[in-house]
Amino acid sequence: MRTITYREAIREALAEEIERDENVFLIGEEVAQYNGAYKVTEGLWKKYGDKRVIDAPISEAGFLGMGIGASMLGLRPVMELMFWSFCYVAMDQLMNNASSVRYMSGGLIHCPIVVRGPANGGTNVGATHSHTPENIFANMPGLKVVCPATPYDAKGLMKSAIRDNDPVYVMESTVLYGQTGEVPDNDEIEGGELIVPLGVADVKRQGDDITLVAHGRAVLTCLEAAAILADEHDIEAEVVDLRSIRPLDQDTILESVRKTGRAIVVEENKPFCGIGAQIAYLIQHEAFDDLDAPVLRLSSIDAPAIYSPPVEKKQLPYPSQIVDKALSIC
Amino acid sequence: MATATAKSSTGSAEFADDPVNRDLDTDTKIGFYRAMVRIRHFEQTALKHYQQEKMGGFLHLYIGQEAVAVGTISLCGDNDHIITAYRDHGHALAVGMSMEECMAELFGKRTGCSKGKGGSMHFFAPDKNYWGGHGIVGGQTPLGAGLAFALKYKGLKGACLCYLGDGAVNQGAYHESLNLAALWNLPVIYIIENNMYSMGTSQARSSAYPSCLAERAEGYGMNWDLFNGESVYEIRAKLKPHLDRAHDDHLPSILEIATYRYYGHSVADANAKKYRSKEEIEKYQNEHDPIKVWENILIDEGVFEADDAKEINRAAKDEADASARYADNSPLPDVSEITDDVYYEVDKGTEAGRTGRHFFND
Repeated sequence: MRTITYREAIREALAEEIERDENVFLIGEEVAQYNGAYKVTEGLWKKYGDKRVIDAPISEAGFLGMGIGASMLGLRPVMELMFWSFCYVAMDQLMNNASSVRYMSGGLIHCPIVVRGPANGGTNVGATHSHTPENIFANMPGLKVVCPATPYDAKGLMKSAIRDNDPVYVMESTVLYGQTGEVPDNDEIEGGELIVPLGVADVKRQGDDITLVAHGRAVLTCLEAAAILADEHDIEAEVVDLRSIRPLDQDTILESVRKTGRAIVVEENKPFCGIGAQIAYLIQHEAFDDLDAPVLRLSSIDAPAIYSPPVEKKQLPYPSQIVDKALSIC
Repeated sequence: MATATAKSSTGSAEFADDPVNRDLDTDTKIGFYRAMVRIRHFEQTALKHYQQEKMGGFLHLYIGQEAVAVGTISLCGDNDHIITAYRDHGHALAVGMSMEECMAELFGKRTGCSKGKGGSMHFFAPDKNYWGGHGIVGGQTPLGAGLAFALKYKGLKGACLCYLGDGAVNQGAYHESLNLAALWNLPVIYIIENNMYSMGTSQARSSAYPSCLAERAEGYGMNWDLFNGESVYEIRAKLKPHLDRAHDDHLPSILEIATYRYYGHSVADANAKKYRSKEEIEKYQNEHDPIKVWENILIDEGVFEADDAKEINRAAKDEADASARYADNSPLPDVSEITDDVYYEVDKGTEAGRTGRHFFND
């Protein structure tokens, strides 16, 4: 199977969906002529032109709201936030209009939009540019949130997100854009294209001793920790990649925990009301009798993102922390 | 105050000869009257039942502004679309929504236009090109640009009329929308219904502007106009060239229409009678009421007589009363229906809607 980068995988998904559906168009800051601030959309403007790939001014509330309005008439905008950290200037559009227009209209309207872009810390850009708002948006009924960790999932989830008839917020990672992974060519796939449905988690590593639940880049951190646990401590960790935060695949989480009896929920978000809080609640509620230890959580250190490059590495979860947590309950 | 304050009680009769008005037939003219009267009786009836605690939340009445919705929407064709803010009952009835579905929505009933899930501020009828009904001041203005964007994208000859109040013009989303509309030539017409008060704060105390709020369009290179909103004739005559430019050349506009609301910002406006004088309100009611102005024009023209007007009022009141009875007798939504209409895919039972957990109630 061929190997491509995470950004190339997303680009393929965007190109394929533009070609499949005339109502799909891309809009965002620098997505067209500049080829994308992170080169995710490189070459797409040249190939598909002004109608399908549109440079927006720095005006998130304006162009995101415009896309929401256009979606009500049947268009399917895929809107790039250069960083998800910029979502807050468009919050009324993202949290009120996109999430609620279906509800407030008693189901008469729907809003098939995708908002995508990187949401991660770890790049020394300080507090304003390091937000991970997946918990904020997953809190809002009407919205869907996905956080792909691998090129394969990034492509498959993006295609599902674009085809979904509800608003889907895809949170990528600048740290992952250059990561490579196996992504099959379409002619290698039954059905001719790669689709990863929303709401289906993926067991990225099998293990019987402890479950590590994560999403986004934290999945890779967990895989590193799992390798250490196996090599140095004879502990086999199972790594469950949520992929989709909402809808959530609780069955895969619970199946794993029922097997291992132990769980740590790892995320790069802040701890208070994070995704891990919901997952930990879910595990104790649904699998209490299967647990051999308290469910633990690991998040970033509870402060705005620090700039200092060597120290920021220590603010986000890192493998030895996961190893230590695992050893405390195994 | 540099707004187009009301001019005369006969309401700009000179616009009767404008090409958009001179061929109007009797039925159409009476239809405009009936449309305004229906809005007023609907809202007066709603107010009565609000005071009897048949409904909750806010009730932002449009009474005094009826000519704006009726006059502007009267020019809309199949590919023209409407979106407004929370003072949305008038536009809803003007696009053809029934009193019953609107009143039932106010009563929070399952038979309401939004199944009792939207309330007063959130009426919708996409089948009538009516896209709400939006509660956050200025929040609908990018959506209006989006409707216009979609029309242009699809190659349709149409426009979006996006209404806002004078209190919304200082919101960032509105200015971002103006920039996009002008930058990309989107066929959207922003209609500022200037009722002179941003809740309880007058225009002079809330906005910086050259000669009027619409003139800010100059900063975006957009067309604009300012005119009086008490005469259907004038509203239609002044809107038409902007609608034509939107249709033919995808050009956006800002139109500021001077109007007045007789009631508070909402019925819950505790200071409704404190920030303006009783005399001011009475002056508008007596001299510039859009329904009286139109009634006088039609009587002067010999289109109908005073008794005909009374009959139309009586019928509208009966219709409103009947809609209240309908609303009162309608069932509430069931608690089990609270989680319907959240996700399209779940509602439709699609594979996507059946995959993964969407709701987290226990």
